[in-house]
Amino acid sequence: MKLARHIVVLGTVLALAACTNPGRFGADGLGGFGSGAAGQSGAGDPGDPGSAAYFQQAVGDRVLFLVDQSTLTSEAQFVLDGQASWLLSNPDYRVLIEGHADEQGTREYNLALGARRANAAREYLLSKGVPAARLETVSFGKERPLEVCSNESCYAKNRRAVTVLTAGLSS
Amino acid sequence: MMIRTVLIALTLMVGLAVPLKAQSQGPLRIEITEGVIEPLPFAIPAFEAENGAASDVARQLSALIAADLIGTGLFREIPASAFIAAPQRFDLPVQYADWKAINAQALITGSAALSGNSLTVKFRLYDVFSGAELGNGLQFKGTPEGWRRIGHKVADAVYARITGEGPYFDSRVVFVSETGPKDARSKRLAIMDYDGANVSFLTGGEDIVLAPRFSPAADRVLYTSYASGFPRIYMLDVGSNKRQVLDSQDGTMSFAPRFAPDGRTIVYSLARGGNTDIFTMDLQSGQSRRLTSSPSIETAPSFAPDGASIVFESDRSGSQQLYIMSASGGEARRISHGAGRYGTPVWSPRGDLVAFTKQNKGRFHIGVMRTDGSEERLLTASFLDEGPTWSPNGRVIMFHRETQGAAGRSALYSVDISGRNLRAVRTPEGGSDPSWSPVQN
Repeated sequence: MKLARHIVVLGTVLALAACTNPGRFGADGLGGFGSGAAGQSGAGDPGDPGSAAYFQQAVGDRVLFLVDQSTLTSEAQFVLDGQASWLLSNPDYRVLIEGHADEQGTREYNLALGARRANAAREYLLSKGVPAARLETVSFGKERPLEVCSNESCYAKNRRAVTVLTAGLSS
Repeated sequence: MMIRTVLIALTLMVGLAVPLKAQSQGPLRIEITEGVIEPLPFAIPAFEAENGAASDVARQLSALIAADLIGTGLFREIPASAFIAAPQRFDLPVQYADWKAINAQALITGSAALSGNSLTVKFRLYDVFSGAELGNGLQFKGTPEGWRRIGHKVADAVYARITGEGPYFDSRVVFVSETGPKDARSKRLAIMDYDGANVSFLTGGEDIVLAPRFSPAADRVLYTSYASGFPRIYMLDVGSNKRQVLDSQDGTMSFAPRFAPDGRTIVYSLARGGNTDIFTMDLQSGQSRRLTSSPSIETAPSFAPDGASIVFESDRSGSQQLYIMSASGGEARRISHGAGRYGTPVWSPRGDLVAFTKQNKGRFHIGVMRTDGSEERLLTASFLDEGPTWSPNGRVIMFHRETQGAAGRSALYSVDISGRNLRAVRTPEGGSDPSWSPVQN
């Protein structure tokens, strides 16, 4: 048992070092960066609690933010609690957290705002015990909206941080 | 890349043997600062072809010169159908009465000769109501492929002479060419003449690219690309199309780069741990230096033309506002004080103004203010106007405008700093993030 755990840790480190542009599972697959709508199928059987599809659909892969904010709402914290416990029980996965903004902002500022949002999610997962080595962040600013209408109903869905599972040991 | 090769041979030769007859003393002067501009009527008969081979290009040249002048909003062309003068031979004296009669205040005449790989263009500018030539005639030589540049040089000379402003037509714009819907937009770096001609693409559209910026000599371009999966700053050599990544620390993102006026230093922002600050980098040593270190967002830096100061945006006050600090960092003073949010500041080449994007009550504006924050003026308003860049003479601002909704599309526009003369800039696809070069040599 002890030996097996060591191997897992070592394997994770190797995978990290080898992986510069991680393959991704789940909603963002072909549809672009974290752009998949909820319900779109992730990898694997959503009935299997260890699958990427389960993570995406049952746990929830994204949290939403208020206008120009990066504070985690209680709803967001609830989703991230679920993500943290799933990641702790599925240690093969690493994640890339994508921060996004709605179109109501200038390009550079929105990149910085997306970085803040991704980092807020990362810090929360860290505080719940997910190792830093498994958490990467990136911001897309307003470059990859999920919804394309120009009103609050769409903006609310675009102000998001999406936790995208990336290749771990199993890949 | 053909971009640079075409026009290297362009040379400006000393004037013709015609002596200077009179200084500009008559009414032929546009003061752009006046409140209302009545466009100055001018006539430009088709340039005379000195040989048969030049007949096409002679006609094209006069049309291009007219288009440049009309595009400023300061000039109005009198159509050839109104001319009563006999076709003007370039070498013969002007019959001023014929041009006065149709109220042409300025008259531009020219000729073109084409032999082998050499195009020679001569022109003269007359103040019709003073009955005098303005300055000396000028002659330009170049390759036939470079005819547009020669035309822009002629138009620049006319424009500068009559307005007293610096030239700007012989310049280029690097921008992001966009296709596809909002949620899957493809972006390519592209470069073109200021008027939308001679477009060529510098990247292929497989990666998101953002906000290209010309070097002071327009020989290099800084931009942000997601080629690595993360935003990183790249520098591209325009002549060779070779590119290099400038900053690639793990766990960081770098973006919003701009050159310093010396061309050897860049300023940019770097996000680490969710916090974005401003840095400079010496291009030769690769050494970077932190200029800001607050937990707020500091980004979109732009150097003053003297290189001593940097204007940037920060939300340290709680909302996005404009600040100026020394080029070595330290204390910053806030310059934006109106209602709303201010971003993307760009220092004018003349040093007197800062252009910016303002967001207020759900609308976006391009505006200018003095560097002490006074005399703020909004030049445009729309659902989304963003990303101003200055013409080389500091008179005109180009920016991009995105329309709303699912079918929203981005396009380039220009506007005079008076707020007049808003015009769409012709591009083959959608366009965003323009950066205007200096006038070419």
